[in-house]
Amino acid sequence: MALVALQLLFTPLNMLIITLGVGSGIIVGALPGLTATMAIALLVPFTFGMNAVHSLVLLGGIYCGAIYGGSFSAILINTPGTPSAIATTFDGYAMARKGESYAAIITATIASVIGGLIGVMFLIFLAPPLSRAALKFGPPEFFWLTIFGLTIIATLASKSILKGLIGGAFGLLLSVIGIAPIEGSVRYSFGSVSMQNGIALIPAMIGLFCLPEIIGMIAKKDTHYNVIPYKREKKLIRRIFFRLMKKPFLLIRSSVIGTIVGIIPGAGGNIAGMVAYNEAVRASKRPERFGTGIIDGVIASESSNNAEVSGSLIPMLTLGIPGAPPAAVLMGALLLQGMRPGPDLFTAHAEVTYSFLFSLVLANILILPLGLMSGKAMSKLITGIPVTILAPFVFLLSVIGSFAINNNMADVYIMLVFGVIGFIGRKAGFSAGPIVLGLILGGICEQGLVQAILMGRAKGSVMGMFFTRPISIILIVLTVVSALWPFVVKARKNWGIKR
Amino acid sequence: MNTKSIRFIAVAVLLLSMTGFVFGNGDAEYAEFPSKNVTYMVPFNPGGQSDITAQYQKEMLEKALGVNVVIKHVSGAGGAVGWSTLVKAKPDGYTLCGNNIPHIIAQPLVREDAGYETEQLEPLYLFQTTPIGLTVLKDSRWKNLDEFIAYAKSHPGEITVGGSGTYTGHHIAYLMLQHITGAEFTYIASTGAAPSVANFLGGHTDALFANSNDLVSHNAEIIVLGMGTDERFSLLPDAPTFIEQGIDMTAGIDRGVCIPQGTPADVMAVLEDAFRAVCTDPDFMAKMEEMGMVVKNLGAAEYKVYIEETAVKYEAILKQLGVL
Repeated sequence: MALVALQLLFTPLNMLIITLGVGSGIIVGALPGLTATMAIALLVPFTFGMNAVHSLVLLGGIYCGAIYGGSFSAILINTPGTPSAIATTFDGYAMARKGESYAAIITATIASVIGGLIGVMFLIFLAPPLSRAALKFGPPEFFWLTIFGLTIIATLASKSILKGLIGGAFGLLLSVIGIAPIEGSVRYSFGSVSMQNGIALIPAMIGLFCLPEIIGMIAKKDTHYNVIPYKREKKLIRRIFFRLMKKPFLLIRSSVIGTIVGIIPGAGGNIAGMVAYNEAVRASKRPERFGTGIIDGVIASESSNNAEVSGSLIPMLTLGIPGAPPAAVLMGALLLQGMRPGPDLFTAHAEVTYSFLFSLVLANILILPLGLMSGKAMSKLITGIPVTILAPFVFLLSVIGSFAINNNMADVYIMLVFGVIGFIGRKAGFSAGPIVLGLILGGICEQGLVQAILMGRAKGSVMGMFFTRPISIILIVLTVVSALWPFVVKARKNWGIKR
Repeated sequence: MNTKSIRFIAVAVLLLSMTGFVFGNGDAEYAEFPSKNVTYMVPFNPGGQSDITAQYQKEMLEKALGVNVVIKHVSGAGGAVGWSTLVKAKPDGYTLCGNNIPHIIAQPLVREDAGYETEQLEPLYLFQTTPIGLTVLKDSRWKNLDEFIAYAKSHPGEITVGGSGTYTGHHIAYLMLQHITGAEFTYIASTGAAPSVANFLGGHTDALFANSNDLVSHNAEIIVLGMGTDERFSLLPDAPTFIEQGIDMTAGIDRGVCIPQGTPADVMAVLEDAFRAVCTDPDFMAKMEEMGMVVKNLGAAEYKVYIEETAVKYEAILKQLGVL
């Protein structure tokens, strides 16, 4: 069967399709606001006429390429190209400020390839048991998972935990705008239909990250963007590859986190990247160096978000429950090909399914040459063209990206408002990370909380629902440890000095 | 070039483009419909059943109409963002939008400002229903609907029933079941069908209102207690309907298309004919059935009557519940 699948896959046409898919995915992913979901959705109609293998191979390639491509704009202009790349901005952009943009892109590329491959291995060999395990995550677990997620704020706001917490709370508050996830009442819409939909993540994210950057570009009055021009170095790729290989634990840990977060439905690449970044900081002997532009931060984020791609496909293929929005669109394409997710895929359609899974291996490997080539060109371009052209162009992209999410002008205004908030916030020492984290986690948190309360009431014990389930207890312990960690680090340091 | 001449050129270009606009529009109005691209709005995210159906119709519609059909996703607020956009569009037939029942009836009823009224969406054609069924896991303590209802009556509110959203197809089916049987459950809403299925398969909710396609996917591990169809659903022949078990209810999500109120009758007729040609095509019908949907074909007039009848039914239920 595996042989048949390989035969189906290794045709010249498929090779061309994968290359096209990954390549176009990288470009779409690199443009702020144009996401993997959108890229796949745009291409689904073109796959009607194709056979199942060609169609899936193309869409899978785009998915992998786009999630990786998001790192380009994260590194070069401090704007995550897709939400998955939020954590890449923390160190990737700091590296670019030091003139190491190409080094950061090489790091992101190699980390993405390795993370992606680790994720695919989980997908090929362990999909059914992992998806069964994911089902153990019910509403109380989602609630505790988001509370655990909020402890990441301590890492994201290393300068002032108080300001980080304020930012996080602001993000959580923003997440309640719109239709309530459970009982459906409309909150804080002020009579506007667009606001019924709530604050969409992508316009808010572009506003918070990208607009302050553009304003900064213009305010500085430099003729070119990064002050330090792109540095040419010999054997850079090889050097970075060996540096990465010396960090196997970081790579494996981040990839496993990415896969797990991907499998859990409702938690996507954005959360994966931030959790992996947080764990990298905590495991580090010198956590204070994170955020100053070290490759470890880029490795954590990028290896985890590409592992998340395969992770999100695990529940989609085995149960028909997509782990992330792009996987949902892929599922639509699958249904149109007459393939119903579930056990059938691995029996009746096994040849097609496995050739799709194997194609993901190829797609991840292809990221290496395609990414290095386009990355070099892009980092030269961004530092090479004058600000008078770059700033308006990035602004144009921000507007298009915000509009394209729902084809709605209101999202453009939201982006602009958040741009102002981001600019003022940055001046006052608030970073965008905690706000976005609050916005992402708020909706999942509320849904988990209210569902768990309703379930607890029906069964006679709300407290029991929250505090007696095994996975919940593990998550509570993790949360407490994570929240107290900064104090532990401080105490350890003081103790070290005394000695 | 001095500023004066630049200003002159700018004004000239503006005026020229405006005349072009007027003439261009005039041409379109007098020419036979359709003479330019038709926008087909999908008020939901890509990948869902509304999107898949529209994508599949697109090419056939283009053949029937002779112009390009552009699919545009305007999603949010359970479809309300799309429908409120449609009612603001020019009623010239060049913008149409998918419309779903119960959404377009329930939202204006229960929301203070949904952004549109049901009557503002002129029904054009109804093409399919996704039936909804009530299901429990195979290892559940209830093996049939009678046991399930009996338990709920003796233990009010203890059984948790999952579904997607509030005042949606699933929720209204839930309300109807309570209303007809007098039993009491606890409804656990999720934001979307997929998370509610995950909650159910993981054993976090006792029962689930689910779309036919999900029921078919997980058929091996579930018992379908009741289907919301008039007759047994072809892909699940062993699943009894509610009606045959003495509970007079059907449940489903109907999908069709609508246009802004006030669209000229002749334009409407052209679009209606195009949809009829596409939706009665054997290939199209076979594809939709394969995906778990029940094919229906109601033209504009019948569709309108259907909406009015359904609205009366829902209003009665919601009034009795004290929602209205």
